[in-house]
Amino acid sequence: MSQGRSPILELNQITKAFGGVEALRGVDFALHAGEIHGLVGENGAGKSTLMKIIAGVHPEFSGRFVLDGKETRFRSTRDAHAAGIGMVHQELSVAPDLTVAENVFLGNQPTNRLGFVQWRRMAREAGEQLSRFGIDVDPMTRLGDLPIGLQQLIEIARVLFSGARIIILDEPTSALSPPEVERLFATLHKLRDDGTSIVFISHFIEDILRVSDVVTVFRNGRKIAETASADTTKGALIEAMIGRGGEALEHSYTDDLMLPQPGGGSTVLKVDQLSLSRSLQDVSFEAHSGEVLGIYGFMGCGQLELSRILFGKLRPDGGTLVVDGAARSFRSTAAARRAGVALVPESRRAMLFHQEPVYKNISISILERISALLLKPVRERAIAQRQVEQLQIRPPVVGLDLGMLSGGNQQKVALAKWLTYPPRLLVLCEPTRGMDVGAKNDVINIVRDLRAKGLAIIVLSTEPETVLSLADRILVLKRGAVVREFAGEAVSKDRLLEAA
Amino acid sequence: MMASSDSATSPADHKRPRGLTPFLRSQMRNIAPFLTLIFLSGFFAIASPSFATVDNLGNILTQVSVTGIIAVGLTFVILCAEIDLSIASIANVTGIAVAYFTLQESYVNIANVPMPGFAAILLALALCALLGLVNALGLTVIGIPSFIMTLAMMQIAAGVSALLVRGQIAYKVPPLITTLGSGSIGGIPWIVIVAAVMLLGGHLVLTYTRFGRYVYMVGGNREAAEFAGLNVKLILGSVMVISAVCSGIGGMLGVAHFGSAQQNEFDTYLLDSIAAVVVGGTSLFGGRGGIGNTIVGLFVLGVLNNGLDHVNIDSFLKILIRGLILLAALIINVYAQRLREQAAD
Repeated sequence: MSQGRSPILELNQITKAFGGVEALRGVDFALHAGEIHGLVGENGAGKSTLMKIIAGVHPEFSGRFVLDGKETRFRSTRDAHAAGIGMVHQELSVAPDLTVAENVFLGNQPTNRLGFVQWRRMAREAGEQLSRFGIDVDPMTRLGDLPIGLQQLIEIARVLFSGARIIILDEPTSALSPPEVERLFATLHKLRDDGTSIVFISHFIEDILRVSDVVTVFRNGRKIAETASADTTKGALIEAMIGRGGEALEHSYTDDLMLPQPGGGSTVLKVDQLSLSRSLQDVSFEAHSGEVLGIYGFMGCGQLELSRILFGKLRPDGGTLVVDGAARSFRSTAAARRAGVALVPESRRAMLFHQEPVYKNISISILERISALLLKPVRERAIAQRQVEQLQIRPPVVGLDLGMLSGGNQQKVALAKWLTYPPRLLVLCEPTRGMDVGAKNDVINIVRDLRAKGLAIIVLSTEPETVLSLADRILVLKRGAVVREFAGEAVSKDRLLEAA
Repeated sequence: MMASSDSATSPADHKRPRGLTPFLRSQMRNIAPFLTLIFLSGFFAIASPSFATVDNLGNILTQVSVTGIIAVGLTFVILCAEIDLSIASIANVTGIAVAYFTLQESYVNIANVPMPGFAAILLALALCALLGLVNALGLTVIGIPSFIMTLAMMQIAAGVSALLVRGQIAYKVPPLITTLGSGSIGGIPWIVIVAAVMLLGGHLVLTYTRFGRYVYMVGGNREAAEFAGLNVKLILGSVMVISAVCSGIGGMLGVAHFGSAQQNEFDTYLLDSIAAVVVGGTSLFGGRGGIGNTIVGLFVLGVLNNGLDHVNIDSFLKILIRGLILLAALIINVYAQRLREQAAD
């Protein structure tokens, strides 16, 4: 696009290691004014690390960092802010107990001469800015009361309107519904035309191709390719990302897919007339052994609450749960685990211990089986080592602190803890969210292995692709109620979206 | 399954050539208190000829014993990222209770209920366990933050103490308690042995048992512990009871050690015990530290208190100095957490 001009941000030979594991090796990167720059690569390829260096999150690295033609070093995210760089991280970082307006103006609330916050002005300006972005909410509502998708849009809006001239978006679309994505893209294009530079990281390659001008591909901490978006295709990008024929891996699911005829698996879970205040209404279904049940719906449709009830973290207002023929009312997650239910939640922060080694993360749920009273660390490590090898978790060092693994590998660790002593019912929330094609495929294979072993599996997702790639039978959840069941019939992305 | 064909990294690449600096950074919370201890010991050894003697080491050990016994339970609580402010009050009421159930001399004007020694001890232990259970239920079932819950318990236990002694002083405790609190064997005070055994026991439980692992995991990330299917409330409740029982034992032996049981006898032990745990480097945010840290913290406090007596300092200034050392330790505690997070990032 703007190849003739000199870039506003230029990085040369950036190298960064975490505890001896190199995340970036000699990467060059340039960003021009008025450009949307897409980044793609598998989990752990180094995209997020590079962006965190730009945003001042990682002050220590080797290589040259040139901003506006001058060599610079940020010591903190404050420095980056001051230089006009804003970043929206993959994981939501909002203040749920503050109002929408306070979140939009977080850190620079308008004040009068005496230093008092000007509430009315803040609310008005927040409302104006958000409505320009197509968000119509009362700026004085508590942010935590809004659906996650809206919260994410508001966080993005905050950075977009903070006056930053370089904006980094890490997986901004994964929690957004299609109309929300449209709104985001329109805003991004407007900002670009005003001269803002935007870096856009996503696993949704269609999104990257649609929104960005230039695409850079990362693999294993190296920059593999940089091309104009107009000159490349999804297949070519996937091939560059994973270094093998990738077209077959990313199924588009636009065509009809035949679901198998329901088999004769025994009923492991029977849910009857489950309800929870405003979230769930009379939800009834069954999950069978050797079958993957997909539950699809938009953000806020009640999926999360349903998964929490199945695992004993929330107690329903009404309805019954029958697991393996016994009526259950779990008083704790421990009770659910002992009854043979396992859950992998959607957020890595909620499911893993980042400051503990990998093996402790894997053994935590099965310690009861390994040790009566005293721990058996040798056995723990051996079990963890086997899982690490089977799931190809990298680096394969069970003593490494979990925080040093990349996101996709952390996700595999979260699965690994349930695999040594498989449960009867495995509930997976967003099992492939934010994952690259290769890791997604790994998860799909793991789930299929488990299904073959006779587990009943429930996959809850807001991504139609996730449900379509995994499920044998699909329920569509809408505003807390089951509105459609697909079984033994043709289904496609369109049909799912239509039902939801 | 994975893209292994194209990965330029073989497993050998991941044999971590971890530099010394990141290692030191991650160990900051263990190293800093130890350096403080060495520095303080060195300082007092030079400043006073009577400090670095075998006799004085014995004094220091005896002086930190009651704090040490109480700090064992508190370490469990702080590892879970909770706090127990009722430890000193519970120690006090348990010490008073064991005297209350023992026959006092006729001049002691307390309506005591004499019982055989073992019954008195068991009743006192049951009392502190019960108070711990109330803390546990308030925290887990009702959902009162431990800071507030144990603040209330501090008053409740003080109230029970007041009702039992009514401003009087009791002197007699069961013979077993007298021996353990003020007797010695082969020149070593029993109270030091009890403190050492309890610290060792606490360490073994935290390091080698499943329960100990759960304590660390709940402290490290409570939400993840719940999603791993741990009974978080049961673990939190257990540590509150453990803390109360340790406090109770410390209180009973303390009463024998001081030779009397009276109101407000243990007030300074609240701050001392918290200081010992935190100065030692156990994280106030939970999940990091342990009994080893608490032992170092105990010695830092013990050396400080004892050493200040040896160097002839204004006794009013001592209070200020203790406060400053505590502040310094808290700063190190928070910094160590930050450095570790950076090292793990």
